[in-house]
Amino acid sequence: MKFLGLSAKDTRFLLIVILLTLATPIILQPFPEGSGLATFNAGYPDLMQRFAIFGIFAIGFNILFGLTGYLSFGHAAFLGIGSYTVVWMYKLLDYNVIWGLPLAVVTSGLFALLIGYISLRRSGIYFSILTLAFAQMSYNLAYSVLTPITNGETGLQVYSNDPQVLISEGETSPHFFGIVMNESAKLNLGDWQFTFNNGYYFTAIIAIVVFYISLRIFRSPFGLMLRAIKTNQTRLNYTGINTRPYTLAAFVISGMYAGLAGGLMAAMDPLAGAERMQWTASGEVVLMTILGGAGTLMGPILGAGFIKYFENIFSKINDQVLHGWFEWMPDGLEDFIIGLSHFFVGKSWHLTLGLLFMLVVIFLPGGLVEGGTRIWHAIRRDRKPKGPDPEHHPEHIPHVAEKEEF
Amino acid sequence: MGILEVKGVGKRFGGLQALSDVNLSVAENSVHAIIGPNGAGKSTLLNCFVGKLIPDTGSVMFNGQSVLGRKPHEINQMGISRVFQTPEIFGDLTVMENVMISCFAHRDGAFRIHPFETVAHEADIIEQAETMLSDVNMLDKREMHAASMSRGDKRRLEMAMCLAQEPKLLLLDEPTAGMARADTNNTIALLKEIKEKRDITMAIIEHDMHVVFSLAERITVLAQGTPLVEDTPENIKGHPKVKEAYLGESV
Repeated sequence: MKFLGLSAKDTRFLLIVILLTLATPIILQPFPEGSGLATFNAGYPDLMQRFAIFGIFAIGFNILFGLTGYLSFGHAAFLGIGSYTVVWMYKLLDYNVIWGLPLAVVTSGLFALLIGYISLRRSGIYFSILTLAFAQMSYNLAYSVLTPITNGETGLQVYSNDPQVLISEGETSPHFFGIVMNESAKLNLGDWQFTFNNGYYFTAIIAIVVFYISLRIFRSPFGLMLRAIKTNQTRLNYTGINTRPYTLAAFVISGMYAGLAGGLMAAMDPLAGAERMQWTASGEVVLMTILGGAGTLMGPILGAGFIKYFENIFSKINDQVLHGWFEWMPDGLEDFIIGLSHFFVGKSWHLTLGLLFMLVVIFLPGGLVEGGTRIWHAIRRDRKPKGPDPEHHPEHIPHVAEKEEF
Repeated sequence: MGILEVKGVGKRFGGLQALSDVNLSVAENSVHAIIGPNGAGKSTLLNCFVGKLIPDTGSVMFNGQSVLGRKPHEINQMGISRVFQTPEIFGDLTVMENVMISCFAHRDGAFRIHPFETVAHEADIIEQAETMLSDVNMLDKREMHAASMSRGDKRRLEMAMCLAQEPKLLLLDEPTAGMARADTNNTIALLKEIKEKRDITMAIIEHDMHVVFSLAERITVLAQGTPLVEDTPENIKGHPKVKEAYLGESV
């Protein structure tokens, strides 16, 4: 089956992604309410929205970093620009996200054009430092000098005396033509409760669309050129390709993805703050992409989900939850286990994530996707030797020394 | 008037005069070798042709147009392709993708953004790349990772990539450096075959006299940054100045 210009394999892949995305509110809620493991349920709107938004951010970042190998440390700047744009549209027009989101993509694209044009004069670590410098400059400007635009420390938000020229009666939070983002439908099935949130589905559908776009870019001649830039820029120059506009295009596209993600953050919660532009946010998307698998299609999404899950779930596991789990143990042992757990859960969730990140980088340089592929191959190989394989015709493979050259 | 006209080229690196007053004319459809001892300035000269270096003095004309001040990709689009001393290929891509990139560059020019076209749907490019690969007997390796191939294969792939662009002038920087005798002979055979099949000019920088004398129609001997003599292989072999400067008593 072929669909929208994709090969049969990619169509299947896209359909799986669509199914998983739409079923997320169910998949992430495997444990019944009130059970000890309910802490691990992640199917609540706020977190699911973050999965989708950071997924978009990471998909876009991967087009730059995964394909061309240019490591930007300043993509959070575009995230912030997207958020500010959307909140400004709330202030000037109304709460319909249709005004802000396209504009967020455009403004972040323009900023990316400027920052990329300058930063891409250098490569490697110098490029990273330049992007980092730009992002920190943007952060500091947003925090201080540009207070009239960004509302500085307080953050940009909607006030009752804002113009809001298109506002209608009873419109108090972001919506898409009347579909209010923070409204949800709840479904109770026995002990399980599933939340189907408008905001999540809005971001999820956008995420699917931008995933499809990235899939097309990966398979296009443009994507091939970007991958060639990563492996050998010298050869590409001597093959008659001007690499600069290619890298700039990749930079602008990934900047637009980041702007869209930032805009969606403001679409879920009508606020924009300078801290969204800080370098830690830029670093986070780098971690997501590497953890999941840079240059792979699914990697960034997995990485984004993984990190956001840890950030929100492991940090929730406090003493009370731990007591609940280990109360059957003898007192001394229980205290010991809880004491030990302190290093890995609750406020120390970063340590767990750090260890996992180290393990992945050392043992799975291709990220979680490589891990998945290895497991898949191991299963396939396990299955094969059982019973005669009609397609298996062992062939003599000549040793290197036996081969005739040319 | 040759396809490549070099007039009075000089290049200085700090205190070292790498090239001085180099005059050279490469005739169209010929194989021209540039030889010389280590440090004679052969690679510097080649880098002046492809835009990597800009000479301090003189001019380099290709097909009646100056190449000076142009970027490598612009010079390549004018019709000069280059084979490197160590094969420069896209190691992370497959053999087929390597050649397809050259085909795209030849068809679409230095930059074209086409994010919604699909590589797999480009029938012309695929066919062209397959022809190129079968020309160098590598069609069976099309799905191989380019980096995992032997040096000889990498060299052949690089040649296929260069030829896919249908260049007017092919520059070869020590194409057999570090190769075993059998590989060297195969490369010579391949280059001869390429020359027979198409109208192409080749300029070869080479250390190996065996390669030079089996391929070149004209030879320029470079010594200490300046051309010593330019002649046919037969005359170069017996030339006393050349013997003295470079060949010693071995030939």
